[in-house]
Amino acid sequence: MAGGSLAQGRGPVNHSVSARLWLAILLLAVAQSPSAACLLRGTGDLGVVIERASGSVQVVDTTARSSLFRVTGLGDLSHASVVFSRDARYAYVFGRDGGLSKIDLLCGRLDKRVMQAGNSIGGAISQDGRLVAVSNYTPGGVKVFDAATLDQVADLPALDDKGHSSKVVGLVDAPGQRFVYTLYDAGEIRIADMSDPHAPKVERFRDIGRQPYDALITPDGRNYIAGLFGEDGLVRLDLWQDKPVPQRILDHYGRGEKKLPVYKMPHLEGWAVAGRRIFLPAVGHHEVLVMDSDSWQEAGRIPVHGQPVFVEAEPGGRHVWVNFAHPLNDTVQVIDTQTLKVIATLKPGKAVLHMEFAPRGAAVWVSVRDDDVVRIYDTTTFRELAHLPAEKPSGIFFTDRAHRVGL
Amino acid sequence: MRMTFDTLLLIMTAAGMAATAGAAPDSARQSELLYLLNQDCSACHGMTRKGGLGPPLLPSSLRDRPTRLLVTTILDGRPGTPMPPWRGELSEQDAQWLVEALRRGEGL
Repeated sequence: MAGGSLAQGRGPVNHSVSARLWLAILLLAVAQSPSAACLLRGTGDLGVVIERASGSVQVVDTTARSSLFRVTGLGDLSHASVVFSRDARYAYVFGRDGGLSKIDLLCGRLDKRVMQAGNSIGGAISQDGRLVAVSNYTPGGVKVFDAATLDQVADLPALDDKGHSSKVVGLVDAPGQRFVYTLYDAGEIRIADMSDPHAPKVERFRDIGRQPYDALITPDGRNYIAGLFGEDGLVRLDLWQDKPVPQRILDHYGRGEKKLPVYKMPHLEGWAVAGRRIFLPAVGHHEVLVMDSDSWQEAGRIPVHGQPVFVEAEPGGRHVWVNFAHPLNDTVQVIDTQTLKVIATLKPGKAVLHMEFAPRGAAVWVSVRDDDVVRIYDTTTFRELAHLPAEKPSGIFFTDRAHRVGL
Repeated sequence: MRMTFDTLLLIMTAAGMAATAGAAPDSARQSELLYLLNQDCSACHGMTRKGGLGPPLLPSSLRDRPTRLLVTTILDGRPGTPMPPWRGELSEQDAQWLVEALRRGEGL
């Protein structure tokens, strides 16, 4: 308004100056990038949707339920995950091909990108927001980067006692400026204290079980839990202990039952906790496991539509939402965490890959890969509110993760 | 006579097509298989087939692997690893075609 009245108050000469200025600004904007018109707004209701087959992400607005930008050139995103900078302006995308990309959500562009390994699986951001860690398959191990510049700060190899490199899974941040991760081949959990990023202190926990496939940390930063693929069970490490000891939990949960072929590995990202109850996917069974978080004993099993992939609690924990492995992946089920019953079965479409709750949980976004769509459901009525086109969408990540331990 | 010859030709062609259908997946099935490869196998083997939790499936990495072994791995899985058996969803011919497609680097 002020700028407008100023221009009006001056003569024609000033008009032409103003016109030239505008032209200069326009040229600058065009020269900078195709999407140089950065937004002036908050990022608390933004997020990204991974488009796995095209190596791109969409920056989305969870309030307007719309897409703001599409950022391309991110490589192989067939298994991608995202963490956010603590100011929630930047998304760090971990690609399958070892690419680490930093995306500016307000400008809708790639800020920085490094190829840090041959093959990677996920990442984490440190408690203080200054370090980004990536877990790798080839070569195994974890690499740590400066979150601002993406310059490498530390390299944490994952060699077992025989000197074999291990694939690394389940990398999370933990309080005390630590990263916790699991060695798939070696069956080992490690804690790296990054207080001095140039001299990391690594603690090892051996013989935790066969083929730990993924892990998570509870929102209080206390319990690190790794799921085993090679045996029925999980391993818990209590990070509040001075000398933590790995403890086997839900041991032999599939006993007496034939394990089905697993066409998609479940994910333990996110923590489905409701009061004292914790909900976890059973590997190779059409069941969600319920565990009591005081005793760490099994508290029930819920028969579901297929083999669970993601088991996610709404913020608050009233309901738990579950999606399923191929070929039963057209369905999402909602479990009431008080009655432990399935109360809704939705059919979003073929190949439902991920679900993400809007901050405070009013809506859930569901990616439907084969239908090239993201569907948004009301978490109270389970009715579809809107949908957005997306190319082979997989992971959905909202910026409220920026302020939560382990996400 | 000419009518008979044409009819004969038609029968022969039909028989030939039937035999081919039994031997190899038709083009519609081939696209389904390629889609499965690119979308589902990629969860472990990567979009670019450079591997992940599972080994790489590039032409160079499969060069020394016998076709029989690869077909069996697809159909029956590999016990002790996360590779599941795809028999039931895939036929012998489907698996055979997939191995050939991987060797050609189809869709890369």
